[in-house]
Amino acid sequence: MMQYLKNVVSLGFNPELCTGCGRCVEVCPHGVFEKIGKAVELRNRDRCIECGACMMNCAFGAIRVQAGVGCAAAVLNGMMRNREPSCDCSSTDCC
Amino acid sequence: VDSVVTRGDRLKRFAFRLGIGRMDMSVTPGLYALGSPGPEDPVLVSANFKLTFDRLRKNLEGRNAWLLILETKGINVWCAAGKGTFGTEELIRQVENSGLKMVLSHYDLILPQLGAPGIRAHEVRRRTGFRVHYGPVSLDDLGVYLDSGMKARPEMRRKTFPLSERAELMPLELVQAWKVLFGMAAVSLILTFIFQGAEGLTLLYDVVPTIIAIGCGACITPLLLPYIPGRAFSLKGALVGAICAGLYIVLVSPPPAHTVFIACAIIAVSSFLAMNFTGATTFTSLSGVRKEMRYALPLQAAVVFIAIAGRILGETLLKGGMGA
Repeated sequence: MMQYLKNVVSLGFNPELCTGCGRCVEVCPHGVFEKIGKAVELRNRDRCIECGACMMNCAFGAIRVQAGVGCAAAVLNGMMRNREPSCDCSSTDCC
Repeated sequence: VDSVVTRGDRLKRFAFRLGIGRMDMSVTPGLYALGSPGPEDPVLVSANFKLTFDRLRKNLEGRNAWLLILETKGINVWCAAGKGTFGTEELIRQVENSGLKMVLSHYDLILPQLGAPGIRAHEVRRRTGFRVHYGPVSLDDLGVYLDSGMKARPEMRRKTFPLSERAELMPLELVQAWKVLFGMAAVSLILTFIFQGAEGLTLLYDVVPTIIAIGCGACITPLLLPYIPGRAFSLKGALVGAICAGLYIVLVSPPPAHTVFIACAIIAVSSFLAMNFTGATTFTSLSGVRKEMRYALPLQAAVVFIAIAGRILGETLLKGGMGA
């Protein structure tokens, strides 16, 4: 399995707010969370791509992440226009 | 609608991968009946991106289903979810406008898992009464998911990035590298013209290295991605560039004045293009890309500077040598 840089993602998980419903396990495309018994654990933090699916679908506010797209072209695009990274490119160069 | 993907559909996909008609790939949003669905049949929610719609139809061959297509402006589910167009508000709007409740006897919606970054499932439930179920990542697993009573095995929840997908994205990477192609070749041609005049210009020393650089950054690095050492894409691209530049210099033995420029330019361009491939991949994060760019961009710029300075210095010294 391909993995990107280590110790860099903005993902935060608060087990005290977690009810163990398992939605995050369901939506995460990289198996960052795992359900162990009735509880959910943050197991593979470095695999997180900050897509934000877990945070959006957590009804209990137990997950925080600065969601975004890991795209250098979008970051460059944002830098040149002095804005946040954006894949809303004017014409064809888009994700 | 029916589930048959025609030759015309395939031709459009081929053109799309080359960047032709990229922004004209939408289908009309709304509710579609695939086959002759009844009140018990499943509802599948998707984006109005033509390639997605075609794959969805194809994978539902022989079934009856409702397809609820959201307005994502012809963008695929994952990217649209990231932007929020494949989102809670649009889903609720389509559920209400389509009169879905009238034709169904159940309250279940099946969404693509990769749509989850745009959707608050609990909010959809609260405001419409519909339960959101996330289907598998890949449409190829949709049949299995439906047949097993909406259960996805763990591996159906993972996004992988196999060679076939990396290869499908490659033509577009090449097409989008045209600015780099002109940029690097132009610098090389201008430098040669300044020092050696029009008769000094050659395809082999001024244009071929650019093609190699693009091949390294936009083809070789993406294709061999898992096998190239390093985690940062810029590093992988620089490594591939260094190897190919070395091979070129050994095989072609360009004039000494060109050598530094060719080697450095190939490394920098390959590194930059490889870094730009982060956006096409499935496993990079924004924080990671930002960190990588913080050191990679200045380094790439420095290497370009060395390339140009090396060429100027080389030509000046060699000329001086000959004059003496």
